[in-house]
Amino acid sequence: MTEILRIENIHKNFGDLEVLKGIDLSVAEGETVVILGASGSGKSTLLRCTNFLEIPSSGKVFLRGDLIGEEDPTGSMGYQESDLTHVRQRMGMVFQQFNLFPHMTAIDNVMEALVTVLKQSRSDARRTAMDQLDSVGLADKADEYPARLSGGQMQRVAIARALAMSPDIMLFDEVTSALDPELVGEVLKTMRTLAEGGLTMLVVTHELGFAYHVADRVVFLHEGRIYEEGSPKNILTDPKKERTRDFVRGHLQFSIPSHGES
Amino acid sequence: MYKWDFAAVFIDFDLLLLGLLNTLKVTGLSLTLGVPLGLFLAVCRLSRLRLIGPLAGFIIEFFRTTPPLVQLFWFFFALPILIDVRMTPFVAAVATFSIQSSAFFAEVFRGGIVSVEASQWEGARALGMSYIQLMRRVILPQAVKRMIPAFLERSIELLKTTTLVSVIAYSDLLFYANDLAQKTFRPLEIYTITALIYFCVIYPISMLVRVLERFFNRSGESTVA
Amino acid sequence: MEYQWDFLSIVDNWNLLAIGLLGTFKIFIVTCVIGLSLGLLVGIGRYSRAWSIRLPAAVFVEFFRNTPVLIQIIWFYFALPILVPFEINAFTASVMGIALNTAAFSADIYRGGIQSIDRGQWDGGRAIGMSYLQTMRRVIIPQAIKRMLPPLTNRGIEVFKMSTLASIVAYAETIHQAKLISESYFNPIESFSVVALLFFVVLFPIVQVTYLLERRFGKSD
Repeated sequence: MTEILRIENIHKNFGDLEVLKGIDLSVAEGETVVILGASGSGKSTLLRCTNFLEIPSSGKVFLRGDLIGEEDPTGSMGYQESDLTHVRQRMGMVFQQFNLFPHMTAIDNVMEALVTVLKQSRSDARRTAMDQLDSVGLADKADEYPARLSGGQMQRVAIARALAMSPDIMLFDEVTSALDPELVGEVLKTMRTLAEGGLTMLVVTHELGFAYHVADRVVFLHEGRIYEEGSPKNILTDPKKERTRDFVRGHLQFSIPSHGES
Repeated sequence: MYKWDFAAVFIDFDLLLLGLLNTLKVTGLSLTLGVPLGLFLAVCRLSRLRLIGPLAGFIIEFFRTTPPLVQLFWFFFALPILIDVRMTPFVAAVATFSIQSSAFFAEVFRGGIVSVEASQWEGARALGMSYIQLMRRVILPQAVKRMIPAFLERSIELLKTTTLVSVIAYSDLLFYANDLAQKTFRPLEIYTITALIYFCVIYPISMLVRVLERFFNRSGESTVA
Repeated sequence: MEYQWDFLSIVDNWNLLAIGLLGTFKIFIVTCVIGLSLGLLVGIGRYSRAWSIRLPAAVFVEFFRNTPVLIQIIWFYFALPILVPFEINAFTASVMGIALNTAAFSADIYRGGIQSIDRGQWDGGRAIGMSYLQTMRRVIIPQAIKRMLPPLTNRGIEVFKMSTLASIVAYAETIHQAKLISESYFNPIESFSVVALLFFVVLFPIVQVTYLLERRFGKSD
């Protein structure tokens, strides 16, 4: 299996505060890796360092085996903004706050990168965009502005927008946390379909159920380090370490028991 | 190369300072009259009585929309004939700028009161406060805080607008500057220094406004004082 | 003694007033074009990574915001000609003074407009692989322009009002002509009232449009 993403010893400081204290992570093609952790554990920062919306303080990121950036003789990394822009074309990201462009319709949002960045013709881009919107079930909303869409619909458009670039890997940053509870389901369902279709995904979420049913691997982040890592079953139903157990228990304390669910 | 000669400026510097003093006099007096008048206009504007609201509104709009120089000329040249009164430049200036600034202050007042969220009114009402109580204890304290930066900004605008009085021969800073420039044949030095004097007076107040704006944004809402 | 109202002489001399109105509009158009575009350059300059551009831009904005326009006009009319080898007429001096003042104020409007766009929009643009410039051009600026319309329209109104200052250096704009008529025919009440009404009638609709824009797009300055 090809390795799509490799993160080596990533550190990230914000001033005096060290948020990531040495993260090593690898994601293979078609894998869905879910990152769990408490607020402040560094989950979002890790994701944002992956596509260089934040620049890591030290450490390396490899995409399909290629090192991103240049290493100078002293061992520290240098990054050119133009290179980073190219890297971001190969990774897709979906945000908690959607970040759709309010002055463009849904289909224009999805087409935007194809036309402006990849310089495709508008007709080609439109066709690709319509396919993407269709795959997330929103073909009929193509000409609507974001203001007229529900949160769940906006997030699915955001997913379509990221997918339109045919990225090597998709990054999901707590994409359901800002949604009304009844809209969470439709987004998770879309993500599940994508995972089952073989998309390589790195997902930060609080939705333990999604992690359990969809993830190939679960990583628990605590205070800037990978605290425990393993299969969903191991981490979520039988965590070995104390903090993982506290975390899972805390999240499940109000869950409704059902009969016969494995 | 032009030979700069600031000596001419400093010989008569006291005249410039006298002009500055007069500028401040006009500004100060106009402010003293304009603010209460603005409050009155704002209250009228918010009034629910049939004619008063729109009438106040019209006065405010008229004096905000017409150029100050036009107003000044009207007060200085036209009004004396209409009401048969001798108008000195000082009186005309203060009359013009009191009314002109009051129109802007009225909007500051109205904006301040209106900007306090409706939820504050509801919260106070739910506690059983009367209109006067909630105005005094909840709305006005919050409104006043927000209005202070806008007030200072309007005052700065007024200070800058008073340069117009030099045109009707009131001896403010610009008037003396013109005078000296003609007498000494050194307009470059005189006017440069004059501009700097204005800057040195206005800039600190501007900075104060910015500091206050940031301070009020950080401290959040005022408590019931 | 009964005051004799004399509006007739104004009507008779409407061509004098017309010259003034033309002068006012000339100043307005030229100043708006120069002032608003220069303000854009200065606004961008304040963002520059080189402090050799940032500093002069900041000084420019601070100086022209915190000095009266009239002194600037007078400086350009009386003082500048001494430093430069060419003539500066009343129109040029007035336009320079008002335009630089407008540029200083609009620089801050542009800055405020861009900063008011949610940071997440930058993320959204960058995440799909757009460069800084592409994100600015396609995502940020189209949204910022709407926010900037109310305060920019307000600036336009201010320019229109400031054009009256040109009369002080004897440029033939509206109030200058009105004064001329009032001195010739001894009817200051009529002359200045008519001019006041003229300005009001022209500016009031634009002010209303500004309020409309404010309501639709957000705060003015």
